[in-house]
Amino acid sequence: MTELLVKNACVFDPLNGISMDVMDISIRDGRVVESVSATAEVIDAHGCLTLPGGIDSHSHVCGTKVNFGRYMSPEDMRAGRTARRGKMHVTSGYYVPTTFGNSYRYSTMGYTTVLEGAMAPLEARHTHEEFTATPHQDMMANTLFDGNWAIMEAVQKRDVKRAAAIVAWTLSAVKGYSIKLTNPGGTEAWGWGEDLTSIHEPVPNFNVTPAEIITTMIAANEFLHLPHSVHLHCNNLGKPGNYQTTLETFDLVPDRNNGRQTLYATHVQFHAYGGTTWRNISSKSEEIAHSVNAKPQIVMDMGQIMFGRTMTMTADGPMEFNLYCLHHNKWSNHDVELETGSGIIPVLYSKKSLVNCVMWAIGLELALLTKNPYQCLLATDNPNGAPFVKYPEIIGLLMSKRYRDEEFATLHNDTGQRTIISSIEREMDWNEIAIMTRAGQAKALGITPQGKGHLGVGAEADIAIYPIRCRNVDPSTEYRKVIEGFQKTMYTVKRGRIIARDGEVIVEGANSTFWVNPSVPEEISVATDPEFVRKFEEYYTVRMGNYPVQDVYLPRGKCIRTEVLP
Amino acid sequence: MIIKDAVCPFCGCLCDDLDVEIDGQRIIRVQNGCTLAESTFTGSTRLQAPIRRTASGWEMISYDDAITDAADILLSSDRPLLYGWSSTHGETQSFGVHIAELIGGVIDNTSTVCHGPSILAIQEVGHPGCTLGQVKNRADVIIYWGCNPTEAHPRHMSRYTTFATGFFVPEAQRGRTVIVVDTRRTESAEIADEFIRIKRGGDYQVLSALRAIVRGKGNVIPNEVAGVSREQLIRIAEICKNAKFGAIFFGLGLTMSAGKYKNVRNAIELTDELNRHTKFTISPLRGHANVYGSNEVFTWITGYPYAVDFARGIAFYNPGETTAVDILRRGECDAALIVASDPGAHLPHSAAAHLAKIPTILIDPHQTATTPLCRLQIPCTIAGIDAEGTAYRMDGVPIRYKKIVESSYPDDADLLRRIHDRILEVKGA
Repeated sequence: MTELLVKNACVFDPLNGISMDVMDISIRDGRVVESVSATAEVIDAHGCLTLPGGIDSHSHVCGTKVNFGRYMSPEDMRAGRTARRGKMHVTSGYYVPTTFGNSYRYSTMGYTTVLEGAMAPLEARHTHEEFTATPHQDMMANTLFDGNWAIMEAVQKRDVKRAAAIVAWTLSAVKGYSIKLTNPGGTEAWGWGEDLTSIHEPVPNFNVTPAEIITTMIAANEFLHLPHSVHLHCNNLGKPGNYQTTLETFDLVPDRNNGRQTLYATHVQFHAYGGTTWRNISSKSEEIAHSVNAKPQIVMDMGQIMFGRTMTMTADGPMEFNLYCLHHNKWSNHDVELETGSGIIPVLYSKKSLVNCVMWAIGLELALLTKNPYQCLLATDNPNGAPFVKYPEIIGLLMSKRYRDEEFATLHNDTGQRTIISSIEREMDWNEIAIMTRAGQAKALGITPQGKGHLGVGAEADIAIYPIRCRNVDPSTEYRKVIEGFQKTMYTVKRGRIIARDGEVIVEGANSTFWVNPSVPEEISVATDPEFVRKFEEYYTVRMGNYPVQDVYLPRGKCIRTEVLP
Repeated sequence: MIIKDAVCPFCGCLCDDLDVEIDGQRIIRVQNGCTLAESTFTGSTRLQAPIRRTASGWEMISYDDAITDAADILLSSDRPLLYGWSSTHGETQSFGVHIAELIGGVIDNTSTVCHGPSILAIQEVGHPGCTLGQVKNRADVIIYWGCNPTEAHPRHMSRYTTFATGFFVPEAQRGRTVIVVDTRRTESAEIADEFIRIKRGGDYQVLSALRAIVRGKGNVIPNEVAGVSREQLIRIAEICKNAKFGAIFFGLGLTMSAGKYKNVRNAIELTDELNRHTKFTISPLRGHANVYGSNEVFTWITGYPYAVDFARGIAFYNPGETTAVDILRRGECDAALIVASDPGAHLPHSAAAHLAKIPTILIDPHQTATTPLCRLQIPCTIAGIDAEGTAYRMDGVPIRYKKIVESSYPDDADLLRRIHDRILEVKGA
């Protein structure tokens, strides 16, 4: 039995209605409990800001394309090197750091759980190997179904149960967590060097539209009773005028789940552009926020960009090719047979670029115009919009109008004509930030039943204590203190163990990987379905028997079983 | 008993559809595999026990002594080199990197003598690629440049490209145009629809000419470029532009001939250019079964795919300086740990010769051309035969090796773990 007592913590725990209460937190064997014995180890929070461990609900940190981002970027590896020290391994890289680099930086920022944004099922083993080497965060994987041939055939036949059965088989085979659709249908079109431009345009050779894929997968997701909703990267990412596609997509979504959203729309900043060309691009954040404010069934994340160098990486292969044609920078592409695509290109977001300034404003506008912070979560689509180490600055921007104005004054002169950021007065409070960085994320991912995102009795003791005396700090004016405070915790506690102290990781990691094993009725299961098996063996280049990820890849795997709704 | 869907640990094709027949703990037959697979599974030149060189010859020693010796050699070295890694599984590679990190050594893999130049080119211009199934199901134009898959990757054409039946290419070879580019008429050239014979050292020029034609600047092309006629170049460019899905595969003919990584860069940029007209991909034909895995593992731990030097504490990468061949040629390293490769056979003589001058430890199941160069050899399991673990196919698809038979040899990952722990213990003390 191990016990820990956190004393004098100034706690925000939105899911339990706790807001700026100074209290003690008792922990036994990794869980929050009512009380501990007198022999418990004690840490004193000195009245500092104490939150449930941070959760990133959309980040690219592990797997084939992330590693390829590293592989092709020795220039970035030089940018963030640390030597082996204590329990910490060598790290390299700034925007695509090594796995240990990601893990240590998240840890020192108080983040304890991360959802990998995109895992190609065929390459899942790779993602899980890197999860093991990202030792301090509990991990889970969005699993790509956007160009899945078997799924598109089921969609074409309007067979939700078939689609659900394919999802169930695949998630359990690859130890995935949730359904991810990246540019649905578009990644298959990219197999021929094409893309789709509307959610009603049919996918070449498959006679289904993105709209049909999205609605069928939402129905399948809810039929399987998965903890998370469908996680969607909308069509037409990064194209001027794409906000209409986004609004049309949101209008497709029914309200199907009482416990959480029915659709998670990711990095919506990239999908909220007005105009018709790069010359007249403008912000359409008001239209998007207006739609989301009226639809409790939708949760989005910001997809905030921050100025500086970074790497874009996504399963959206055609989008990356468009970026390549724009930037002429080095371009990688990796299509995955029968499943999806992917692309990588480095970018520099510059204040001299009006387009980039508009993008910066849109992300913030989305967050500030969304009334309910549970519906707009803080993320940069790491590293696409910015590396996650920029989160503290984004928190500063959300909490301080003054900081926004100071930044705004440094931007391209025409930014004000294309955006509304300078007219928004809202300043978020500590509680709203706690929602946007942990409580909201846990709820959206469906992991509150696993004890994530809150500090009530029974919760997993993932706790971040920041050196911010929130009662004495005015974020509106003292935003520098806020930014510095969120960059480095005094203590990060993971499952009851102190893993980081004052910016140093002090123990070996022991993370878990959450995955979902949905059970489906025998009569619809595809595991032995002759048609499914025949097509698998004929068109994949690995044998069906060699496809599933073995248990050995998840040394501390936590399986969530679901049953179909009666 | 027959073990179905076994994974072949020989080449980068990583075929996972072999039927291996065993009798007790002996492999007697391999079906579906190529001749290289057959000999990989049934060949036998395995070393029985650890051996140490003495003044009078080799002596057999225990595993415990061998591990202590190996750790001591590494601990007393100022500039250790850890080299190899392509014929084992990922866990071993991972321990290798952590040992290098611990002792401030240089770790390099066999990319250094095969597709290292491809990696350099990719680091400059990126890599438009795909998984092999994408080629199998879609490609109507396939180009093999500077490689001879018929002999080096015997099932590449039948499983993934030319002869494979794909969803959108149901007629297999009849639905595909195959182009082979080489300096000599290889066996692969025999099945090509178009064979382009280039004068030695002319790859870069021919690639440049094709790029010019694809960009619409064909009028600048002279009548002949490195032995290839203008007419053929224009014909090839048209075939490529009119492809629905084109796939280029290239080998050491491109990476190790004059121009080296510049050739690969030019080929990648030709592929980029073709993507403005249609869909095109390019992929290196990786040699050893899990050489790509060593690049992957090195990258996620250190940030670099090969040639990583920890002497400064941080990971430092500078191919040409921190590559094994260069370090050996300069006589710079004072100890070496070789794992799962045979530098005695594959490195230039001037580099391999230095291995004999320094205490070299070899962890390898077989007696090889490196054995005579080393002080100490520790035999281990063979990944894919008597050990399981992860391997990455040439296109990045990770596949798990099966353990086909049990043996009494220790897994090389266990050996490295013990060496690692021993070093940590001594350093900590």
